Amino acid sequence: MTDTTATTVDPRPDHTGAGHRGDTLLELEDVHVFYGNIEALKGISLNVARGEIVTLIGSNGAGKSTTLRAISGTHRPRSGSIRLAGSAIHNLPPHEIVSKGIAHSPEGRKVFSRMSVFENLQMGAFSRHGERIDDDVARVFDLFPRLRERRSQKAGTMSGGEQQMLAMGRALMARPSILLLDEPSMGLSPILTEQIFKIIEEINAQGTTVLLVEQNALMALNAAHRGYVIQTGRIILADTAANLAANEQVRQAYLGEI
Amino acid sequence: MPARRPIRIDAIKLILWTVGGGLILLALIGAVLTLGQGRISPSSWQNLVVAGIALGSVYALIALGYTLVYGILFMINFAHGEVFMWGAFSSWFMAAGLNEVGFMDSNPVFAFVLVLATAMLISMLVAVLLERIAYRPLRNAPRLVPLITAIGASLFLQYTARGFFGSGVRAFPGYNLFEGVIDLGFFRIDIDDMVVILAAIGLMLALYFFINQTRTGRAMRAVSEDKDVAAMMGINVDRIIVTTFAIGGLLAGSAAILYTLIFNQVHFFMGFLPGIKAFTAAVLGGIGNIIGAAIGGLILGILEQVGPNLFLTGYNIPSPNQLQDVIAFSVLVLVLIFRPSGLLGRKENV
Repeated sequence: MTDTTATTVDPRPDHTGAGHRGDTLLELEDVHVFYGNIEALKGISLNVARGEIVTLIGSNGAGKSTTLRAISGTHRPRSGSIRLAGSAIHNLPPHEIVSKGIAHSPEGRKVFSRMSVFENLQMGAFSRHGERIDDDVARVFDLFPRLRERRSQKAGTMSGGEQQMLAMGRALMARPSILLLDEPSMGLSPILTEQIFKIIEEINAQGTTVLLVEQNALMALNAAHRGYVIQTGRIILADTAANLAANEQVRQAYLGEI
Repeated sequence: MPARRPIRIDAIKLILWTVGGGLILLALIGAVLTLGQGRISPSSWQNLVVAGIALGSVYALIALGYTLVYGILFMINFAHGEVFMWGAFSSWFMAAGLNEVGFMDSNPVFAFVLVLATAMLISMLVAVLLERIAYRPLRNAPRLVPLITAIGASLFLQYTARGFFGSGVRAFPGYNLFEGVIDLGFFRIDIDDMVVILAAIGLMLALYFFINQTRTGRAMRAVSEDKDVAAMMGINVDRIIVTTFAIGGLLAGSAAILYTLIFNQVHFFMGFLPGIKAFTAAVLGGIGNIIGAAIGGLILGILEQVGPNLFLTGYNIPSPNQLQDVIAFSVLVLVLIFRPSGLLGRKENV
């Protein structure tokens, strides 16, 4: 009657609920991106493990959004490699990268403003080639009840916060293994920002890995497991979110402390 | 320092509005005079309206090709009139062949379907090749470049047709199928006019359904809003652009057949004027707007047929129908003065 296995507890409390957190899902190695002759990313290397929330913080123009655009294929890197679960994706066109499991919620929301909320969600599931999407729509509506009320409304007529929710919901419709979130708090009130971050953690707890780009470094580091600090196209710091939040340099430069 | 108040009387606007108002006044006086004279019988008016709707339907179908492409690429495909012409010409060969072997008479319905399918197929092919060869390599070039290319492509298509088929006018073999008149006593309509109108309405409804209800249609709308984000959703943007050209070509091909039903002839230059008129119709309705293109086409067709008689007969101008293009383009100018983005156009599209 003495079952010893029952007493062994997993030493890693896995608050993400993502099961097999640990193995590398996304890996960037020495990625260089150019806009014309201007080198926007000067050799970015970073990795995101399955189940993590990783944040990329930095000031305006540091290359945060460019990094996400390189990953989702909307701006092709000139050199370097990007791998998803081990296989290279940096030569694929963006519409194929989505079906590999990377969904991008772009900076400035970019919802399809002349389409209804529901049609936007349908577009999000486009890469799934006409599978049934009712469950996913229900899941998005559970995460963002506001969207359920606005189901048939044209997205362009909604408030900034609602559009942000829609942009995130639309990205989730692709059932991504990793969600790229670009400035989800941009232009939102503090209350809404807090709400959005709660939902990001909830999405992560449901098993989606998140790579989060934010100007609101404090909120981002609070939500994330790990973080990278990017400055003029280079990663200058990489650590756990807690350590970064305690780092003197980070506190001065990005958390508004003197 | 006293603050300067920026009071500016916009002289250009004032002149434009005066011109616009003057033209409208002239048209109104002309209409009153014409109706006062009563030289044109009610049944003639009715015929003019029906002919106008039929012609307008054809313009509308071509205009849809302009507006669809504009909605996605923000370029005017000036070679679209030639897409229409190639459809008409290729179907002439099919029709003439079928006529020769007697198939037109023995199996008129099937023959018509074959002729229509030929036109639609060839127009689609020309439109798709146009995109692939002439426009796609210039996708990221400055806006003026594809415009010049479009004009060049238009001339190329015109003169290859002339080189292959000569510059003569060829009579289209008539379809006995659509001869005759439907007479309801109070209302008479030629069967071919009716076929034109019904076919155009059917095609436009099909397009409307396609754009709004199908997966590909939704993807087209997404691409027209934002290509980058559409690609992020998993849409193959290049494929959607080709699809758009193909649909425009299909509509132009069917318009070509309806056009030959009305005018019974083809020649190498036949794409030019309908192309320009359809472009006018698309701008009139608000370029980029599908319903706008349909409405613009109808308005233009009706104005072209009814306008000269209504506005000019009263001034005792000899053979006012010669001036139908003047009326049509005056209306374009008027609409652009008062509504620069067209009847249903969005401001951001200007």
